[in-house]
Amino acid sequence: MIDFKRSINFGLLAGVSMSFLGSIGMIETFNARTLINPILRMGDLFLYGTLLAIAYFAARGELNVLEQPKVEKGTGMLTGAAVGLVAAVFTSLFLLLIDSVNVVRFFPNMDQSMIDSLTFEQGIPLGLLLLAAASVVVGAVGGLLPALSKEVRKSVWLVSSWVLSIALLEVVVSDIVENRSAIRLIYAPGGGLRLWSVAVIAVLVVVLSRRYEGRLGAFTTKVKESDPKSRLRRGIIALAIFAAIVLPMLLGGILNELLINVSLLILMGLGLNIVVGLAGLLDLGYVAFFAVGAYGMAVLTSPLSPTISPELSWWLALPVVLVLATFAGLLVGTPVIRMRGDYLAIVTLGFGEIVRILLLSDWFTPVFGGSQGIRRIPGVQVPFLGEVGGTRPELFVYLTTAFVLIAAYISYRAQESRVGRSWAAMREDEDVAEAIGISTVQAKLLAFVTGAIVASFAGALFAAKVGAVFTNSFDVLVSIVILVVVIVGGMGSIPGVVVGAFVLIGVLGGPKSPGLLQEFAEYKLLFYGAILVVMMLKKPEGLLPSVRRSRELHQEDMAQDAWLDKEAHLLEDRLEV
Amino acid sequence: MLPRQVVSNTTETTASARRFRFNWVDSFLWFIRVAAIITIVVGLTGTIQNFIAGEGPTVTQWRDLFVSSISTGAMYGLVALGYSMVYGVLGFINFAHGEVFMSGIMVGWVAATLLFQYGLWDANPFFSLAVVLVIAMITSTLIAVLTEKVAYRPLRGAPRLIPLITSIGVSFFLQYAFAGLFGVGLQTYPSPPGILGRDINILGVPIEGTKLLVIVVAILAMIALWYFVTRTKTGRAMRAVAEDKEIAGLMGINVDRTIIMTFAVGGAMAGVGGLLWALLFRNVQFITGFLPGIKAFTAAVLGGIGNLPGAMLGGVLLGLFEGMGPLLVLDGLGIPAVSQLKDAVAFSALILVLVFRPSGLLGERLGSEERA
Repeated sequence: MIDFKRSINFGLLAGVSMSFLGSIGMIETFNARTLINPILRMGDLFLYGTLLAIAYFAARGELNVLEQPKVEKGTGMLTGAAVGLVAAVFTSLFLLLIDSVNVVRFFPNMDQSMIDSLTFEQGIPLGLLLLAAASVVVGAVGGLLPALSKEVRKSVWLVSSWVLSIALLEVVVSDIVENRSAIRLIYAPGGGLRLWSVAVIAVLVVVLSRRYEGRLGAFTTKVKESDPKSRLRRGIIALAIFAAIVLPMLLGGILNELLINVSLLILMGLGLNIVVGLAGLLDLGYVAFFAVGAYGMAVLTSPLSPTISPELSWWLALPVVLVLATFAGLLVGTPVIRMRGDYLAIVTLGFGEIVRILLLSDWFTPVFGGSQGIRRIPGVQVPFLGEVGGTRPELFVYLTTAFVLIAAYISYRAQESRVGRSWAAMREDEDVAEAIGISTVQAKLLAFVTGAIVASFAGALFAAKVGAVFTNSFDVLVSIVILVVVIVGGMGSIPGVVVGAFVLIGVLGGPKSPGLLQEFAEYKLLFYGAILVVMMLKKPEGLLPSVRRSRELHQEDMAQDAWLDKEAHLLEDRLEV
Repeated sequence: MLPRQVVSNTTETTASARRFRFNWVDSFLWFIRVAAIITIVVGLTGTIQNFIAGEGPTVTQWRDLFVSSISTGAMYGLVALGYSMVYGVLGFINFAHGEVFMSGIMVGWVAATLLFQYGLWDANPFFSLAVVLVIAMITSTLIAVLTEKVAYRPLRGAPRLIPLITSIGVSFFLQYAFAGLFGVGLQTYPSPPGILGRDINILGVPIEGTKLLVIVVAILAMIALWYFVTRTKTGRAMRAVAEDKEIAGLMGINVDRTIIMTFAVGGAMAGVGGLLWALLFRNVQFITGFLPGIKAFTAAVLGGIGNLPGAMLGGVLLGLFEGMGPLLVLDGLGIPAVSQLKDAVAFSALILVLVFRPSGLLGERLGSEERA
């Protein structure tokens, strides 16, 4: 029998979520992008995807000890359909309310076009029926999923994620592939995959996943368990470097621009990873060091710098900037050394804001240009290539990549060194670390300074790339976005930062720059906030966790797992009898 | 006899070695302290010289500045209560509290605009303000309770940075959810009813009506909160949970419910603070909560986190620092356009408090165990 109370609760949750997504104007904005022509637009994907997930959880119920859902197909579908129906009724009532009361004055997005976007452009009476029908069907599918066998579920998951990724990567694919007619074969003229290419992808994915089942998983475990100095690891790193060299040649200007933004964020992420991930110091004012790098470079190289204007070349200015960053790291690091973790977070946030306010103030305008900023910063002089700046993104990207490699090497070596081990000890327990003879003062300052230097690299590159610095590039959002990158990737994990930056900055967009999907611009920070919360609740160790860090976070679970395993065996025995 | 002497000798030498060991961090901290004091003294002298020379603000301007600083500070104090209470009970900084505060102002703005549209705002000012107050309080309370239930409850007992990072996420989610719902533009409350615009004489000192109302409301809210925390059963339960969650649970206190109550009361106080913000500044936007939130946290630290009268005192002091500090100290140093540096002064106050006296003015000194 289906649990009516549960269905209604989950249905209301789905209804509220769907109404919310509509009210903030997200569905309307996202519907501009077609994913599968003509049946699926991105707005609808988010709208019904939410419903699908909620219906899935409603039908799956609480997991038992074996973590195996036990749902009958009929019950699951009915529960899901009920959830969909309740959600549709709630959303329809909400839409009727908006239709009758004019609230546009207070809520600018709750207008006629919002109603249209939720009702398939069919208006009130007919559109609401369509909404209800779609919700019931999607809900039923969501409810059916937990009742299917594990293999079928896996195939459904694989097919849908591949189809959606290929649909979302349309920009990249059409940028790399020169042949227009080949693209028209896969993608429809108005954007979005053609139906038959969806079918081909689905068949390919199912066949290939059956054929190579388990090989990928086995390979990743093999890589994970292999010695860091083994031939396999080195091969992978060499392959990654090779890809980094070849990729920019294939891409056009816009994508190289994006690649530069991503690699600057990777650079800062690697730096913050040293401070937060390795040393366990939550720094929310990390953007201050980025600003030191950018403004330092601007003052030293630009001919338009107001007072001090030595007009050095980029390479000559770099050591000076590094010295400045070291001082900044010590200046921020020393007062906060005796503070516990959460005070440290707020104080560093304060430092970040102070830097921005001072840069903007009349007091420092004679040096830093105030709100006018500093313009005409020259690019980087590279032998044989001349000056490489933001106007030549396909060359500049190699510079950022080179610095990313340097930063990755630094953090990799630091992690495995004596300093890295003392950071790890300090992160786990400061008192114990002190007791076994680690100088926590030295370790903390070293973490701050290393982080500051890496961020100032990023700042120096940023100044040369943009050619101008303004204070609004350095507000607190930057610090938060870098933090999200580090946390999503996995604190303390170098590959994690790279993957996190590509997924988040590449797709959603950076703090000040658009990503692959321009529609996200208004909503990316909403997503960043939600991602941060969900990661902390469900997977605090990140997507590609460092082994040591995830052990720290799951110390209690390990004891619990042992107990659960025993329980599970007992249960299995009982079931067999 | 002999061994003892040896032992005492060694302890003496280590003690003296410790006494004379040069420590970079300590000397740098001392340098900061001395530099801060010198800056303040030099700045003050400069300002006094200016004042005697007849330059800078007049006596009336100083007085007005003082009153508005105190009323802004009273508002910070009310918001700080929420930080302090949550910190006392759960031991983490609820970064999203500034957004709780903002939500009250935002929804209150809808109510105020509607009241204005139907003519009630001018006809019946105190009733209208009461309506806005109630709506702001309800909104803030709901948001505070909701965030606790969804985001913080599953994290009980997690390492302490985890709930802090979560609350940063909640903060940004709420900010941009409100931006999506209410638009990104700056919204303005209708101008305050006529009576409040006039000056009212208190002991021969004329005080602007709005500011007087702000101070009165803040004092009333503080008294109500004090009564709630010290005299009611729930308040006692809250203090017991703050002392020790496990033991409080064993004594028959429903810990989860008490924690929700803490968030609710903190949210309600933020709602009151929201009305005061509306009276003082009249503007609201989705990022309105961010800076006042950090400043209110500063106020809570200044007064001693976990200490409720301390939060209020810290709020008023912070209001004075950031309101008067720039003109009183920085102007004397000859820095141009000092009012731009208001926020920087507030953040410097936070850093200096944590360097000088990390336990705050009314806080107890924390043992090393609690500080870790």
